[in-house]
Amino acid sequence: MREETLLKVSNLDTFYGGFQALWNVSLEVKPKEIVALIGANGSGKSTLLDTISGLIQSNKGSIEFEGKSITNLDPFQIVTLGISQVPEGRRIFPDLSVLDNLILGSYNRKARLKREQNLKMVYELFPILEERKNQLAKTLSGGEQQMLALGRGLMSDPKLMLLDEMSLGLAPIVINNVYKALKKIVERGITILFVEQNVRRSLEEAERAYIMEAGRVVLSGDVADLREEEKVKKAYFGI
Amino acid sequence: MVPEVLAGLSDPIIMGILLGGLYILIALGLSLVFGVMRLINVAHGDLVILGTYFAFFGMTGEILGHRLTIFGIDPILSLVIGIPLLFAIGFAIQKFLMSRAVQISMEAPLIIAFGISLIIQNICQRLWTPYSRGLTTSYALKSFSVGVFHIPLVYLLDFICALIVMVILREFLRRTYLGKAINAASQDRRAAQLMGINTDRVYAFAFAIAMATAAIAGVFLGLTFPFTPTSGVSFLIIAFGVIIIGGLGSVLGTFLGGLILGLAQTLGGHVLNELGLPGAATGQYLFLYVMVLVVLGVRPQGIFGR
Repeated sequence: MREETLLKVSNLDTFYGGFQALWNVSLEVKPKEIVALIGANGSGKSTLLDTISGLIQSNKGSIEFEGKSITNLDPFQIVTLGISQVPEGRRIFPDLSVLDNLILGSYNRKARLKREQNLKMVYELFPILEERKNQLAKTLSGGEQQMLALGRGLMSDPKLMLLDEMSLGLAPIVINNVYKALKKIVERGITILFVEQNVRRSLEEAERAYIMEAGRVVLSGDVADLREEEKVKKAYFGI
Repeated sequence: MVPEVLAGLSDPIIMGILLGGLYILIALGLSLVFGVMRLINVAHGDLVILGTYFAFFGMTGEILGHRLTIFGIDPILSLVIGIPLLFAIGFAIQKFLMSRAVQISMEAPLIIAFGISLIIQNICQRLWTPYSRGLTTSYALKSFSVGVFHIPLVYLLDFICALIVMVILREFLRRTYLGKAINAASQDRRAAQLMGINTDRVYAFAFAIAMATAAIAGVFLGLTFPFTPTSGVSFLIIAFGVIIIGGLGSVLGTFLGGLILGLAQTLGGHVLNELGLPGAATGQYLFLYVMVLVVLGVRPQGIFGR
């Protein structure tokens, strides 16, 4: 029997650097959805992603993936279960080659078995990575590094991908390419939860969205409905 | 006076380079641990000496004043057991002690390492007495001549071994999956965790590998110099000097740093001898330390430092 919800965050309080960063956050992502997490700097979006990924351990409340609790697991265990995060600023390994960056993405035991298969898929999605596979990652352009980061995230064979600010520092044309690639990823059955500061863009790409402010979820729903909300209209102009 | 000083420089230069090999060997483990985990392992020298004593035990069978006659293993051969033993000790230290210490505070790992240092010194003192020892094998005192040069065999072995270990270490970090994971975790720990790399385990392996090199360094140290339970401290200081000069976390830097220090020491000793000044045996170390201070003053990040 298939689980209705892939990821379920319930009443999450997260503490970071000595103070509370998230307050009673609840969020759901269903299989094959594209969900956006919107909000200004400091609204808690990245903190939420980091908590889901297991990088932040001090929290109350629950996080369930495929019906099982993942709140106390180590980051690498959460990756093995099928959640992959592409962090803000890409954070590829600058002094390793493109190929090394990719194969390190499949370090966890489950993903290792499918490494060749996934590598082929990543090269199909991003042919430029195959072209540059022996180059050091730091020699790639911003857009290429973002593709590398996405490819690396795909190598861990995820069911759910968390994308943190993919368009940061990228030219509009490049951003378009990245989102095009995202659509192809979704076509392969991977669920996406992405953080994006650009409200307009997020509402174009997502089906549902959660809007955060100061560590709380203040609004959520289908994108069509959200477009009409007063707060969102303010955000259009404000952000 | 100057021509006299220049005469016979060939011996100190060769000796300096070869001695540098031993210093490189000792410093590699310290450099690896710092490069990967940003941890200054002040117990490193003592762990090397632990390796030396282990080889001593294997060679003489002496322990707690008794002599077990079943042994008599050549120190280099004893590495077959010595390397896995220190590998396991290193793995345990990182996994159970250091990984926890890091979460307590920035100073906690230093204090823990200091504690380990004291414990090792005392264990060695208990088991093998505080008296000066040496790994006096049949070849430890041999030397041979190549043309004009007069080379003690162990010094040559030190250097060759240093080259071999350096190359193996570098290739391991570059070509193996675990090596690349260690590399990645040292470049960006958070990103490595997001890849599904178990950074705790990777760090434990890095520490273990560092200890494996310490086991090798211990054997060659014991073949080259006499040692006591407290010798670790002096060699820790030299190892520090090597990586300060070479730059923290760089294998090539460690190589050059070791050579420079070895040369500083032997050339300094040579100058002292030629000038007829007494105490060249200990005085030569002064040149080594001064060299470290000079580099710290002129280029604190070392040759290849980041």
